[in-house]
Amino acid sequence: MKTGAKSRIGLRGLTLYGILYLVFLYVPVLFLPLFSFNDSLHIAFPLKTFTVKWYEQMFANQELLRAFFNSVKVAASVSVVSTVLGILAARAFTRYRFPGRRPALGLLVLPLVVPGIILGIALLIMSKWAGFQLSLITIAAAHVLIATPFATFVMISRLEGFDPNLEEASRDLGESGWTTFWRVTFPLALPGIVASLLLTFIESFDEFILAFFLSGDEATLPLYIWSQLRFPRNLPVVLALGACILLASIIIVAFAEWMRRQGVSPARNTKK
Amino acid sequence: MENRSDFVSLRDVSKHFGSVRAVDGVSLDIAQGEFFALLGPSGCGKTTLLRILGGFEAPNSGSVHIDGADLTIEPANLRPVNMVFQNYAIFPHLDVRQNIGYGLRHEGLSKAQMGQRIDEALATIKLEGLGDRGSNELSGGQRQRVALARALVKHPKVLLLDEPLSALDKSLREQMRVELRALQQKVGITFIFVTHDQEEALSMADRIAAPGEGAPSHGEAVTVGIRPEKLTLGDRPPPDGANGVKGILTAAAYLGERNHFFVTVDGVADPISVASQNSTPVDHKGWREGSEVWLTWEPAGARLLRG
Repeated sequence: MKTGAKSRIGLRGLTLYGILYLVFLYVPVLFLPLFSFNDSLHIAFPLKTFTVKWYEQMFANQELLRAFFNSVKVAASVSVVSTVLGILAARAFTRYRFPGRRPALGLLVLPLVVPGIILGIALLIMSKWAGFQLSLITIAAAHVLIATPFATFVMISRLEGFDPNLEEASRDLGESGWTTFWRVTFPLALPGIVASLLLTFIESFDEFILAFFLSGDEATLPLYIWSQLRFPRNLPVVLALGACILLASIIIVAFAEWMRRQGVSPARNTKK
Repeated sequence: MENRSDFVSLRDVSKHFGSVRAVDGVSLDIAQGEFFALLGPSGCGKTTLLRILGGFEAPNSGSVHIDGADLTIEPANLRPVNMVFQNYAIFPHLDVRQNIGYGLRHEGLSKAQMGQRIDEALATIKLEGLGDRGSNELSGGQRQRVALARALVKHPKVLLLDEPLSALDKSLREQMRVELRALQQKVGITFIFVTHDQEEALSMADRIAAPGEGAPSHGEAVTVGIRPEKLTLGDRPPPDGANGVKGILTAAAYLGERNHFFVTVDGVADPISVASQNSTPVDHKGWREGSEVWLTWEPAGARLLRG
């Protein structure tokens, strides 16, 4: 069959394209862990002997650990605040019809598409104008700004996935709006809530530009890494750190995605 | 059982969504212990009416009274009314017992009393032994029973059912008609249900209302539908001359609890079926097949059918 042969060639071409794409996507990233175990200050082939000394140096570096814990503090607060705001907004968007609902949904995307550098400058100007002391708090506030839309979309997709009749049934059986939230909405939305917490955590933890503009005396981890690039002999430690962050990010994102998909179908209440 | 004829009372209830008048000036009285049907095509406002009774929609005007109390603006969670949702809305994260016990938390019961109430409810719907099932392990019919139990366990004054049989397949639907009717007679609670299926309404309800349908105009030919047990057999016309028709008794059957009579009426092709409980004393007056008898009924027991 002519068309069969043609489509087979086409399929092979697409497979090749797919493989090349993945190589392009992941090989540069894989250099990080590779060179982090290489016993040399220079990032170059051929590789020298295997070592874990960069990892040892990393854990001994007080400044680095301090930056790490700063980042964890900021990211943890950002994930909680933006997820709470996200739940509230998502409830409004999915359960109520109100004037301006569509424009509001559109405006919500804005912080995601405004270039970080523009947003950074704007927030810096505003902080100066309002007289805010630049600190980890200003960084966290900026991160909440970009993480909330993200959390809202995760929660909207979760809340759209379950039957609003369940909340009405709870009201019907004597629960108020608040207790209905805790007895029905929260447990059913829990996988989405966990996914939102993890994803917004990562978003804040990785964020550089806004932190760069809005930091005070204390650095977050991306700022610390940036500052170390001036010193070539510190580069292998940064590679070791990068490898650790990469691994943690992959695990967290994969887990968050798995959580987000959990139990959407049974919650729909159509299963026989 | 039918103590009050205005146990549930709607007065001039209107509800509009934007420019759409879903419910337009409906007044309705429903008696205590009655099995009442709201019949009509989709979009005729019957579900909106049910949701107004449940407290999920506030009417734009008019009033809603249940057992004498004004509930027009009472929120759903404070009404002595429970609802069986069309898709049953079984809580997917809870098992059968937890679903049934969901609404008992604010009743001030001890754990043991609560367990007892749930056991009773499970027995009422014949699902004993399935209490620990997860809600995803239930069939459609079982889900419906759980939804019924979850509402009835609260001992509501009125039970609302939104298209209670539409989610079931055909054979189960016919079985559930009989069971729902029997359940309602047993618990004696006022049932109000919404359906688009005329046969369903006629086979289950004591009385039927069709929102959005006006009174028949003079001279219009209509059919009157009456449940067999709402007809009374007698040997003389009703005193006021209305709501009665003369016929010939063609068959009588004595079926233990119930007696069935068939009466042929001029202009009606099929004999009309009349049922009476054996406990009610029927004076047979020596009727036999061929005797001339009168069928009479209460206006409230009849339903006008068109077409």
